[in-house]
Amino acid sequence: MGDVFVLAEHRQGALREVSQEMLTKASALAAELGGSTVAVLLGSGVDSFAETLAGYSDKVLYVDDPLFADYNSEKYQKVLVELINQYKPELFMIGHTTQGVDLAPALAVEMKMPFIADVFDVQVADGKLQPIRQYYQGKVNANFAFKGEAPYLITFREASLEAAEPSKEGQIEKIDSPLKEDIEYRRFVEYLEAEVGDVDITQSEILIAVGRGVKEDKNMAMIEELAAAINADLCGSRAATDAGWLPHDRQVGTSGKTVKPKLYIAIGISGAFQHIAGIKGSKTIVAINRDPDAPIFTVADFAIVDDLFKVVPKMAEKLKELRG
Amino acid sequence: MKTFVCIKRVPDTSEAEVKVDATGKDVDSSKFSFDINDADNYAVEEAVLIKEAKGGTVQVICMGPADADVMIRMALAKGGDSAMRIDDPRINARDPLQSAKALAAAIKGQEFDLVLTGCMSNDDGNMSTGVALAEELGIPHAAMVKKVEVEDGKIKAHRELEGGVIEVVEVTLPAVVTIQTGINEPRYAPIRGIRQAQKKELKVLKIEDLNLSEEEVGAAGSLIEMKEFYIPEVVSTAEIIEGEPEEKAEIMATKLVKGGLL
Ligand SMILES: Cc1cc2nc3c(=O)[nH]c(=O)nc-3n(C[C@H](O)[C@H](O)[C@H](O)COP(=O)(O)OP(=O)(O)OC[C@H]3O[C@@H](n4cnc5c(N)ncnc54)[C@H](O)[C@@H]3O)c2cc1C
Ligand SMILES: Nc1ncnc2c1ncn2[C@@H]1O[C@H](COP(=O)(O)O)[C@@H](O)[C@H]1O
Repeated sequence: MGDVFVLAEHRQGALREVSQEMLTKASALAAELGGSTVAVLLGSGVDSFAETLAGYSDKVLYVDDPLFADYNSEKYQKVLVELINQYKPELFMIGHTTQGVDLAPALAVEMKMPFIADVFDVQVADGKLQPIRQYYQGKVNANFAFKGEAPYLITFREASLEAAEPSKEGQIEKIDSPLKEDIEYRRFVEYLEAEVGDVDITQSEILIAVGRGVKEDKNMAMIEELAAAINADLCGSRAATDAGWLPHDRQVGTSGKTVKPKLYIAIGISGAFQHIAGIKGSKTIVAINRDPDAPIFTVADFAIVDDLFKVVPKMAEKLKELRG
Repeated sequence: MKTFVCIKRVPDTSEAEVKVDATGKDVDSSKFSFDINDADNYAVEEAVLIKEAKGGTVQVICMGPADADVMIRMALAKGGDSAMRIDDPRINARDPLQSAKALAAAIKGQEFDLVLTGCMSNDDGNMSTGVALAEELGIPHAAMVKKVEVEDGKIKAHRELEGGVIEVVEVTLPAVVTIQTGINEPRYAPIRGIRQAQKKELKVLKIEDLNLSEEEVGAAGSLIEMKEFYIPEVVSTAEIIEGEPEEKAEIMATKLVKGGLL
């Protein structure tokens, strides 16, 4: 009892950082629960991933089989059901990623496991696990308790913590795939790479980012004016690119680009975690938002709590004046 | 194609102050304005586009209070044929697995090819209901989908992954697809449609109508317990620029130029 299992995530030949992040959290939890950590890896030709994971966990259980060359929620589910029934961990962690959200809820239903999604922290209180998650896009937190019997299941938010340095030499155990045949009802076809546009915002030094607060396409003229004054490239939140104010390759965040400019000016962006994840590498962040509780201010270096329509034009004017 | 589309009524809290209510387990929503969940709006459009291309029907399902009817009628005005609203406070709608059970019960026993949900609700943000719903119905799914290609007895779903990479998967029908924002351009409801929508069927259902018991979908039957809601401490190290809007603009502009931030 007290063991914490983590599903390692990988895609297109690379292990994903969320795996190490979860194992870092799992190690702390297992220590408190008096158990050990196990990384579960499903793939094909993934010996090197198993070795990497052994640096973060007490044990690596892995299936190396051509059936798992590419992620497929249905195949993963079948294997995880077997493994969870066999090993009965206290807690099973899956990344709250596009892979994890496509898998965990169905697994929870099939196994009737107590399940909490998008957990960003787990504490142990009186020997019991207490997962914490957010509501209302980060404006409220909620503490949870599991009812009923372990194993418990969570999806764990990416980048909630920094992965520790590898410090373990876990035992590596290769197991036969409990799944013997391919399945028909869901099939992986191919990956398509993200579109590339005229400007590569991952290389931009100065970025002005717009969000839903800009309201309408026609207000982009005002933003472009500001951008011209400081030679900035334009980018935006998902809301801005969905609305068509900017092309999709200008979207910043988990499902868009990760940027690392010298200066990032966020205008009318609330700061959803999917957006913030993409801007953490910015040297200086300026946020303009009229909601003082907007989560964007938690990562900002300069906060302007006000109406962007009053601030932006004046800022452009002053910048032009100062820069001649 | 017979399609069900699940839509949720959610508050717009992007600029609202959110306060925990006296129970400590909910928020005071008396001052919020509500509308259809973002991703669900795209799901409705996708369902209607599929109907326009392939024929068939679109049935709207919403679990929520009578106030949700306005939003349901809008979906009907855009091309939905009929609607069901599950309205029963005994259901623990804060647990996505319980919600999925109730939504599944409304669908079970009927003929269908496709169920569309949003990929995430703006208020609870579990990103779980659709995939749980698929398992409840015993059918395959694809989550976070930004393109649906309908083929014979199956679909090709383009799943949007981190970094904007697309994973194309083939899923046999019937299936559940969770729709990501940006998949299409949601239309405005036409005036004529709004008038017609008033005459379309909107059934209101309680758990008894769904053959569910309170033990199955109520708080007591939930395997998780929400202990408390609280407002997180906002740890901001930002320098707050003070003054009238114009002053703030000038101060910030000066800092950018003189502070060597450009
Ligand atoms: C799987 C998945 C992946 C995602 N990936 C991304 C991603 O990569 N990038 C991303 O950005 N999002 C992503 N999202 C969406 C994300 O959850 C948010 O919905 C989105 O970031 C919100 O965009 P926003 O901040 O522009 O809009 P909102 O959240 O609506 O915020 C608008 C802000 O503007 C402010 N405002 C309004 N009017 C004014 C005014 N006059 N003056 C000043 N301020 C004003 C408001 O106070 C508010 O804070 C993803 C979601 C999912 C489910
Ligand atoms: N009460 C509800 N009524 C109808 N659909 C819902 C409800 N709750 C969740 N959904 C659907 O499930 C999706 C994902 O919600 P969630 O799992 O909370 O992020 C939403 O976009 C809706 O399509």
